[in-house]
Amino acid sequence: MAKVNPDFAQEVKASEEFDAAACMNCGVCSAVCPMEIELLPRRVFRYALLGLEDRVLENTGNIYSCLLCKMCEANCPAEVHIAENVRFLRYYLNKNVFKL
Amino acid sequence: MSLPTGDVIGLMIDNLRIRGSVLPIAARSATKWAKGLDIPRGGKTVIYTGLMYQLLPYITASVRNLERFEDSFWGKFVFVARYFNKILNVSKFMGFPSKADLTEYNQILRNIALLLRQAGVEFGYLHERELYSGALAYDLGADDAFRLHASKVYERLKQDGVQSLITVDPHTTNMLRTVYPRFIDGYDMHVRSYLEVLVERNMPAARKADADVVIHDSCVYARYENVIEEPRTLLDRAGYRVKELRDSKEMTHCCGGPVESLYPKLANRIGKKRVQQLENAGAQNAALMCPICLATLKKAGRAKIQITDISNLLAEAYCDGQFN
Repeated sequence: MAKVNPDFAQEVKASEEFDAAACMNCGVCSAVCPMEIELLPRRVFRYALLGLEDRVLENTGNIYSCLLCKMCEANCPAEVHIAENVRFLRYYLNKNVFKL
Repeated sequence: MSLPTGDVIGLMIDNLRIRGSVLPIAARSATKWAKGLDIPRGGKTVIYTGLMYQLLPYITASVRNLERFEDSFWGKFVFVARYFNKILNVSKFMGFPSKADLTEYNQILRNIALLLRQAGVEFGYLHERELYSGALAYDLGADDAFRLHASKVYERLKQDGVQSLITVDPHTTNMLRTVYPRFIDGYDMHVRSYLEVLVERNMPAARKADADVVIHDSCVYARYENVIEEPRTLLDRAGYRVKELRDSKEMTHCCGGPVESLYPKLANRIGKKRVQQLENAGAQNAALMCPICLATLKKAGRAKIQITDISNLLAEAYCDGQFN
């Protein structure tokens, strides 16, 4: 059962960097990803927008294995700043999970 | 079982905070490449290595050991190394670089300095005062540590009267040109990659080359910094025949290197795929312009193509082999 963390949802909403709301779920990002990461960015970003922190945490490996190579971004029809969104999630995990 | 993400990142961030680099190396190792070149100390325009080429032999050696830990019982004890690293630079013992790697990477920096000199560019070098840009910390989302470090770098550049930087790799170029202005108020450094500077100078080749070359574009140069035509122009002017891949320029394929510190095996898999693509181009040489790409693709296995830094090819043509 997924649980919404309102603080996480608020942090995502307040962020100037996290612009995944523009994603229209077309799947180009997943199709061109050299790492073949199926979940990022479409599904994990959606979890973040909904404040589903536990679902985001389950995908920690995917979040850190993104190359930030921007192949997805170069092909994204909605011009989502995917690499910056991944960095935002890393920052959140570093601070709140790894206490760095 | 992958390495413990938080502990590995923590180790690198502690190093950045305490020792000024994610993987600290001795000043003499960082500056050895410039020995005998008589590059003036400081100046308004400086060559800025950001220590990336110097660090790569050490990173390669460390990753070789990390790979052993990746699927082992001992992997989960990285936290112990992190604990002791706060007192003693543990990363110093994580891997010892090969002499061949050190020579190869230092030669690249010498090539770049000599190419700039050949083009009539006047520049200085900060020698042991030069600092790492913080690129890996930024990529890992360690923004607080990165912000502090970037401020230190900028402060030092200002103290030394630097106004203009000539960078040598894509990651340092991206940090100093595009990322620093977002983190530092009033940041006013003028930053250009040596490839851009050389194109602008339009120098003639001393000896025309006669070989086919395929370019492995760096993701950061191509998709972050729009440095795409410069390597092609320089190779073309030198006489090289550039063969284009489908996955090139804005659509270049990543080498896998950026995740090597956390997922060495995964990085190697991506690297192998890219080497295969480069081999299929049917050229003798693959020209790279990033130390991370160079280390990752060379490590990906014995290639049927010579994987080399672009500066080796350029120095051979523009400096007529007089580059040692």
